[in-house]
Amino acid sequence: MKRLQVAARSAVRDVDVEIDVAPGEVLAVLGPNGAGKSTVLAMAAGLLRPDGGRVVLGDTVLSDAATGTFVPPHKRGIALLAQQAMLFPHLTVAANVGFGPRSRGRGRAASRSIADEWLRAVGVEHLAKRRPSQLSGGQAQRVAIARALAGEPDILLLDEPMAALDASGAPELRRLLREVMSVQRRTALLVTHDLLDALALADTAIVVEAGRIVERGDVRSVLTTPRSAFGARIAGVNLVTGRVDSPDSLQTDWGATIYGIVADGFRGAGVALFSPDAVAIHLEPPRASPRNVLPVTVLALDVHGHAVRVTGAVPNGPQMAADVTTRAVADLDLVVGQQVCFVVKAQEVRIHPAHT
Amino acid sequence: MYVPAAIGGLFVILPLVAMLLATDWADFWSLITSESSRAALLLSLRTAAASTVVCIVLGVPMALVLARSHFPGLAVLRSLVLLPLVLPPVVGGLALLYAFGRRGLLGKHLEAFGIHIAFSTTAVVIAQSFVALPFLVVSLEGALRTAGERYEAVAATLGANPTTVLRRVTLPLVLPGLISGAVLSFARALGEFGATLTFAGSLQGVTRTLPLEIYLQRETDPDAAVALSLLLIVVAVLIVVGVRGRSWGSAL
Repeated sequence: MKRLQVAARSAVRDVDVEIDVAPGEVLAVLGPNGAGKSTVLAMAAGLLRPDGGRVVLGDTVLSDAATGTFVPPHKRGIALLAQQAMLFPHLTVAANVGFGPRSRGRGRAASRSIADEWLRAVGVEHLAKRRPSQLSGGQAQRVAIARALAGEPDILLLDEPMAALDASGAPELRRLLREVMSVQRRTALLVTHDLLDALALADTAIVVEAGRIVERGDVRSVLTTPRSAFGARIAGVNLVTGRVDSPDSLQTDWGATIYGIVADGFRGAGVALFSPDAVAIHLEPPRASPRNVLPVTVLALDVHGHAVRVTGAVPNGPQMAADVTTRAVADLDLVVGQQVCFVVKAQEVRIHPAHT
Repeated sequence: MYVPAAIGGLFVILPLVAMLLATDWADFWSLITSESSRAALLLSLRTAAASTVVCIVLGVPMALVLARSHFPGLAVLRSLVLLPLVLPPVVGGLALLYAFGRRGLLGKHLEAFGIHIAFSTTAVVIAQSFVALPFLVVSLEGALRTAGERYEAVAATLGANPTTVLRRVTLPLVLPGLISGAVLSFARALGEFGATLTFAGSLQGVTRTLPLEIYLQRETDPDAAVALSLLLIVVAVLIVVGVRGRSWGSAL
């Protein structure tokens, strides 16, 4: 595990960023298309030569525009996993996975056994002798994960690895990535526009807009209280962390139970997501169960046109937001400091695996 | 649309049919196995094979540079490489003579070492390589562009150095393009006439390739010329079918 520091700019693509990823940390790079997310990755990988600044991995300077230092990609100890699996079409699955070890000087037999090991780890050892053209998208991406990890990279660069998969393939692969990345903690950069990827895999996040970092911090704080336009668009959701031990609910750290739809029946660390639109505000707890009823103290009322965002805090728990009409605020006579109940239908709550 | 297409098809096929009808089948075998014919055929096959090797040795690096590097003047360089494709072969042969001939730019220095190129079998190979090279370069460059650089980038991030990338990724990926380019070069070399005659002359067994033999025989023994032409047509058809069949196969 090594620390990765990138403080680099590319004039051509108008990207200028500074990031510092601690050993074993996974940093999510969020942002709209064309914001420069992939450029950050390309500069870390050595596929793009920065016009200025430095890229440092551990104690090694990978590139430094001031001294002209530039370590080519094949000497960097990195692995890149992209949206397309990009398996070499002329090699078998096993040879694809063995490509990294072979290229880094391992023998034929050693590479073969490393390949077998990783194919087993991602659950596709039965496909070893196939050609990439005989694989489904999900299978190919599993093989690509095995290939990326078989080279024992110091840094894993993930460029929207789930984006090309269909709705059923993405969660499965996300879970697999979580597994393989938690077995051996690896410093990683994860480019994504999907908050579920960031929640499942990353510790920290940055938001890139027009080539500049506009926001950075802990994944959850970036996603729950976004300060950037993009952050607000993909996130701005209510997010409650906890553990999932039953098929329909999440147990929070502060002792509440949130009912919702649990993504393909997983167990363990999870996060419940629901939109502020889905939150209704009641002065007294309603009788109808199994709704989620959360007692909160009103912290702020912000008017946005006809809607009012009501921010509330759960005692000893997180903040959350409700979007209601100005009319509702007037009817309820809401004021800051008031005790109210946030009510959310279980149907409106999605519970997903989270990175611990 | 079908009518002009049919006329076009006939335009290509009719001359071949006419030649088939004119063939003297009774003496066909003896005509194509006469001593001069055999010598010409063997020389053609040998020189065309040699120039295909030359085209591969020179053309692969050229295609790689054209497809993978970025520098000012690349477009001009690409046009220059394609020049032999549009140049009349006689002009090419003349140009070669001024480069490698006895008094040529390079030839006069080679002469000092006792190396005579013009009017030798080497000259045939040079003339054929000169006209056939663009076929290989164009075909391979197209394949390299289609394959793109993304596989190479992936290979590099997996720790493969540039030599390994070339050997284990780039070349295997463009192999179909390389093969079809080589076959086209071979075919072009086999049919070479103008540049060969100008630069290498027409010496039986040394520089008189099959097309030259056909041209000469036409004056003295038209039946032999037709028989030999048929032989070249058969070789050409085999090559075209071979290349097309391969590309269809890989497309499926």
